[in-house]
Amino acid sequence: MTFLVTAAAAEPGAAPAYAWLLIGLPLLGAAILLLGGRKTDSFGPLLATGLSWASFVLALPLLFAMLGRAPEDRAVEHVLYSWIRAGSFQLDAGILIDPLSMSFVLLITFVGSLIHVYSLGYMKDDPGHVRHEGHTLSAWEESRQPSERRRFFAYLNLFIAAMLLLVLANSYPLLFVGWEGVGLASYLLIGFWNHNPAYATAANKAFIVNRVGDMGVIAAIMAMFAAFGATDFAGVGAAAAEADTGVLVLIGLLLLLGATGKSAQFPLQSWLGDAMAGPTPVSALIHAATMVTAGVYLIVRSAPIFNNAPTAQTAVAVIGAVTLLYGAVVGMAKDDIKKALAASTMSQIGYMMLAAGLGPAGYAYAIFHLLTHGFFKAGMFLGAGSVMHGMKDEVNMRRFGGLSTFMKITWITFGLGWLAILGVPPFSGFWSKDAIIETAFIGEGIRPWLLGGAALVGAGITAFYMSRLFFMTFHGKRRWSERDYHPHESPPTMTVPMMVLAAGSALLGLILAWPFAETKPIVAWLEPVVGYGGSEAEPVLAIPVIIALTLIFVAIGAFVAYRMYIQEDVPTTAPVGSWGTQAARADLYQEEVNRTLFEQPGVALVHGLEHTDRSGVDGTVGGLATWIGDLSSRLRRIQNGFARSYALTMLTGVVLFLGAVWVMQ
Amino acid sequence: MPTVFEAPEINWAAIAPMLVVMAGGLIGIVVEAFVPRRRRHSVQVALSVVALVLAFVALVTLTVDNRVKTLGGSVVMDGMSVFLQGSLIVFGLLGVLTMAEKFGGDRPDAFTPMGAAIPGSAYEAAADRAGLATSEVFPLALFSLSGMMMFVAAGDLITMFVALEVLSLPLYVLVGLARRRRLLSQEASLKYFLLGAFASAFFLFGSALLYGYAATTDLDGIAAAITETRPGLEPLLVPAILLVLVGLLFKVGAVPFHSWTPDAYQGAPTPVTGFMAAATKLAAFGAILRFVYVGVEGTRWSWEVGLAVIAALTMVVGAVLSVTQTDIKRLLAYSSIAHAGFILVGVLAFSTLGLRGVMFYLLAYGLMTIAAFAIVSMVRQGGTEATQLSQWAGLGQRHPILAATFGFLLLAFAGIPLTSGFTAKFAAFAPAIESGTLGVVLVVIGVLASAVTAFVYVRIIVLMYFSDATSEDVVAAEASPLTTAAVAVGAVATVVLGIVPGPVLELAAQASELIR
Repeated sequence: MTFLVTAAAAEPGAAPAYAWLLIGLPLLGAAILLLGGRKTDSFGPLLATGLSWASFVLALPLLFAMLGRAPEDRAVEHVLYSWIRAGSFQLDAGILIDPLSMSFVLLITFVGSLIHVYSLGYMKDDPGHVRHEGHTLSAWEESRQPSERRRFFAYLNLFIAAMLLLVLANSYPLLFVGWEGVGLASYLLIGFWNHNPAYATAANKAFIVNRVGDMGVIAAIMAMFAAFGATDFAGVGAAAAEADTGVLVLIGLLLLLGATGKSAQFPLQSWLGDAMAGPTPVSALIHAATMVTAGVYLIVRSAPIFNNAPTAQTAVAVIGAVTLLYGAVVGMAKDDIKKALAASTMSQIGYMMLAAGLGPAGYAYAIFHLLTHGFFKAGMFLGAGSVMHGMKDEVNMRRFGGLSTFMKITWITFGLGWLAILGVPPFSGFWSKDAIIETAFIGEGIRPWLLGGAALVGAGITAFYMSRLFFMTFHGKRRWSERDYHPHESPPTMTVPMMVLAAGSALLGLILAWPFAETKPIVAWLEPVVGYGGSEAEPVLAIPVIIALTLIFVAIGAFVAYRMYIQEDVPTTAPVGSWGTQAARADLYQEEVNRTLFEQPGVALVHGLEHTDRSGVDGTVGGLATWIGDLSSRLRRIQNGFARSYALTMLTGVVLFLGAVWVMQ
Repeated sequence: MPTVFEAPEINWAAIAPMLVVMAGGLIGIVVEAFVPRRRRHSVQVALSVVALVLAFVALVTLTVDNRVKTLGGSVVMDGMSVFLQGSLIVFGLLGVLTMAEKFGGDRPDAFTPMGAAIPGSAYEAAADRAGLATSEVFPLALFSLSGMMMFVAAGDLITMFVALEVLSLPLYVLVGLARRRRLLSQEASLKYFLLGAFASAFFLFGSALLYGYAATTDLDGIAAAITETRPGLEPLLVPAILLVLVGLLFKVGAVPFHSWTPDAYQGAPTPVTGFMAAATKLAAFGAILRFVYVGVEGTRWSWEVGLAVIAALTMVVGAVLSVTQTDIKRLLAYSSIAHAGFILVGVLAFSTLGLRGVMFYLLAYGLMTIAAFAIVSMVRQGGTEATQLSQWAGLGQRHPILAATFGFLLLAFAGIPLTSGFTAKFAAFAPAIESGTLGVVLVVIGVLASAVTAFVYVRIIVLMYFSDATSEDVVAAEASPLTTAAVAVGAVATVVLGIVPGPVLELAAQASELIR
C-alpha cells in the first residue's frame, strides 16, 4: 500500500507553538462576545470578523513553511498538553498540520472570513426597507437588532474555532470535541430565529439526527481503544496495518455512520433541508461549504482503516452514489431556493463520499471537489441570500423571475457558480467532478458501471435542477409585482465576498488541476497524506469518452431546463405534478419512513414505559406516601399539648419498655 | 473502712475548660449587677465570647494531652470528653452569637425585656418602655453549657445527675424568655420543666437501684459489679439500667419520651432552640455513650433489643410526624427526633467505629441545626418570625442566597451526598451494619425513615422555589455580622464535612477512646 510507505516515512516534525492560536483567536472572539454582554454590541461583529481574518493570516506562514519542506516532511505536530492519562493509556491533545488539514484550514478561514464580512451586511437592518411611523417591528426585524447580531457573530466565531479544532486535531477524541462543537454551533445558528417554533424544531431535528451519527463516532473511538489501545491518528494508523479485517470493517462502518450524520448522507440526510431555517450566511458557511463536509474529512482522514477494510470502503462509495442521486432527485422538485440548494449540497457531498469510497485513487479528488464545492456553493448561497435580501426574504422561486436586470452582480456571480456546478469547462466543477466520474469508472465487473453510471446520471440531473433554479430566479418573466417587491442590489459588504467566491468558482479548479502539469497539483499536494491519487488502472471507458458523455448529459439537462423554465411560463403556484414530482417534493418520503421506522416504535415504547411508571411505580410510591400521611395525621393527635398526657405517654413507654425486657428475660 | 475523709486529687489542667466556662457565667452575674444597663449587653456578649474562646484554648492546650480520671473518678477527661467538650464550646459560641442578634433594634431581638412580667401586663409594657433587656441569658447559657460539659465527662451517676440538673435548669428558664408569643413560650418552659423533672426522677430511681445492686455509683465500679454474681440482687440490674436510660433518652428526645420536644422547640426563642437542639442532644448522647459503653455494656444482651426498638420507633415516629407539620420550628423538632433515632443506631453498634460515627454525627448535626434555626429567626412577617410553612412560599425569589443556604442545610438534614449529613449518616450506619443482624435491621429502617424525611425537606425547597408567595411582606431581616457569621460557619462546615470529611473523621477516630 502506497499509503503505508508514506506514513512510515513521515514521522511528524514539530509545528510552531503559535499554531494553536488558529483555534484560539476565534474562540476568544466567541467568549468575548458571549460573556461581554451589551458592551460589545458596538464593536463585536467587527471584532469577530477581524479575528476570523487573523486566523486566516496566521495560517499563511504555516502554509509557506509547509511548501518550503520536502513533501514527506510536510506533516508537523504540536503537542499542547497531556490530555488523558489512564494507566498505560496516554493521549496528548495536539495539533496536526499536514497538507490535508491545511487545505481545510485555508478553506474554513478564507470562506469563513468572507462570510463574516457578508454577514456584516446581511444581518444589518434592511437598508431598502422603509420604516413607517408607528410601525412595530416584526419578529424578523426584531431579530436583527444589535444584540442579536452580536450573538450571531459569537456563534459564527465559535463555529470557526470548533471546525478548526475538528480538522487540526491529532486524535479521534480531540476531533470529536470539534465535531460536537460544530454540531453545537450549527444547532445554535439553525435555531437562531428560535422565536419561530418551526425554526426551533428544525434546530432540534438537526441536533437529534446528528446524535445518531455521533454515536457512531463514539462507538468507533471505543472500538479503536478496545482493538488498538490507541486513539490518536498515528497510533491508529500504525495499528490498522496489522489489524484484523473484521475489526477494521466494524470501525469503518461506525465512522461511516458518523459521516452520514454530519454530512447529511443517506440514511441520515433528513435534517439538512430543514436546517435552511438558519440565516443564509450560516447555510452558506456551515451547511454548504464546511461543516457538512466534515464527514468526508473523517473518511479521508481514516484512510488507513478504510484501505484495509474493502467492505467498509465499498459501503462508503455506495452511500455516496445513493445520496448523490437522492439529493439530485429531491433538488428537481424544490421551489424554495434554499432548499433546492440544500438538496444540491447533499448531492454534491454524495460525489465526495463516492470519491472517498474509491480508495487512494479517489481521496484526493474527494478533497478537490470539496474545495471547489466550498467556493461555488458558498457563492451561490450568498447569491441566494442577496436575492432574498432584495426580495423581502421571499424564498419561493416561483415568485422570482427576471431578476438579472435588477441585481447584476448577484446574477453574474451566481452564474459563475452555476457554470461551475454544472461542470462546464473550464470552470472549477468541471475539473473536480469530472475526475470523480472518471475514477468511479475504474474497477472490474459491474461495480464501475453502477458507480460511474450513477455519477454520470447525477451530473445530468444536476445540470437540470441547477439550471432550473438559475433560470427561475434570474430569467424568464417577472412573477412578482412592482407594488410588493423592490428588488435591488445588495451593499458592497455582501457583493464583494460574492465576487471573491465567484472568482474561486471560476478559477480554483483550473489552478488545482493544472492540466499542463505532470501530476495534478492537488494530487501531488495531498499525496503524502492520502497516498497516490492517480491509479495505474484505466477506467472501463476511455477518458475522452467519459468527458464527452458527461458534457452531453449536462447539455441535455440544461437544455430541458431551458425549455421548461425560460421558453414556457412558470406557474406561480406549483402544479400538482406526477407522482414522481410529488415524491421528490416530499423529499422521497424520508419523513414518513423515519416516522414509521423510528418515531412510532419509539413513541410506543415511551408510552409503555410512561404507563408502567405512572401506574406501577408512581402508584406504589404515591400509595405509600398517602399511607404515611394518614399515619402522620393520626399520630399527631397524640401530641395534644397537655403536659399530663405527655407524662402519661412517657410512663406508658417506661412500663412497656420494662415489661418487654422483663418478658424477654 | 477508712474513717478519715481524704480530699481527692484534682487535675486542674484537665478540668480547666469547664472551670473557665463556669467562671464566665459567674462573672456574668456580677456584670448583671454592676455594669450599667446601657453597656450590659455588649459586655455580656464579649464576656461570653472571651470565656468560650479561653475555654477552647484551654481545651486544646492543657486538656488535650492530659487525659485522666480526676476528682476521685467523678470526672473522666478522655478522648470522647475532649472531642465532645470541644464541640460543645463551638456550639456555645455560635449559640451566643445568634442570641446576641438585635436585628437593628436596641436589645436582643429574641428575648423579652422582663421575664418575670405577666404577658400583656402593664408591668411588661413599662419594662419595654424602660428599655430593659434580659441580658442574663448569656450567663444562663454559659451555666447550661458548663453542665453539658460536665455531663459528657461524668464518671459516676451522682456527678451525671448534678450535671444533668445544671444543664437543664438554665435551659428551662431560657425557653420561657421569648419576646413574642410569650404565653406559648412560658407554656413550653413549664412543660419542659415538668416533664424534665419527671424524667430526672426516673434517672434518680434507676441510679438508686444500681447503687443497691453494685454498692457504688461509679461507672467503673458498676461495670466491675456486673461481672460478678450478686445473689438475690440480680432482678434489680436490668430495670435499673432501663430507668437510667429513660432519664437520658428523655434529653435526646427519643420516642416515647419525646413529647416535650415539639412544644419546647416551638415555644423557645429561636436562637435558644438552635442551641438546645445542638448542644443538649450532643451532651445527652455523650452521657448515654459513657453510661452504656463504660458502665453497663456487660449486660447489653438483656436490654439492647429494647433500646433498638426505641431507636426504630424514634426514627419512624420522628420521620412520619414531620410529614404533617405546618410550622417550621415544629418540623425541625420532629426532624431532630428522627436524627436522635439515627444516632442511636450508631450507639447500638457497640464499637470504636460506632463511637467515632456518633461523635461525628453529633458535631455535624449540631452545626447545621444552629445555622438552620438562625435562618428561621431571620424570616419575618410584620416584625415577628414567620414560622408557618405557608409563609415561606416563594422565599427563593426574594432572598435567593438565604433560601439557597437553607435549602442546602435541608439537603444536609436529608443526608444527601456532598453534605455533612450524608457523611455523618454513613459514619453512624456503617458500623451498625457490621455489628450484626440487629444493626442491619435498624439501618434499613433508618434509610427508609430518611427517605420519608427527604420528602419533607424537599417539599420545603419546592415551596421556597416553585411556589408563588402568598403575601409580599414576608422578608428576611437584615442580620448583623453575628448571625451571619453563625450561619456561615454552620453552612461552610456542612459543605466541608461533606466534601472533605477526612480530617475531622480522623480527629474523631483519635478521640474514640474511653478511659475506664
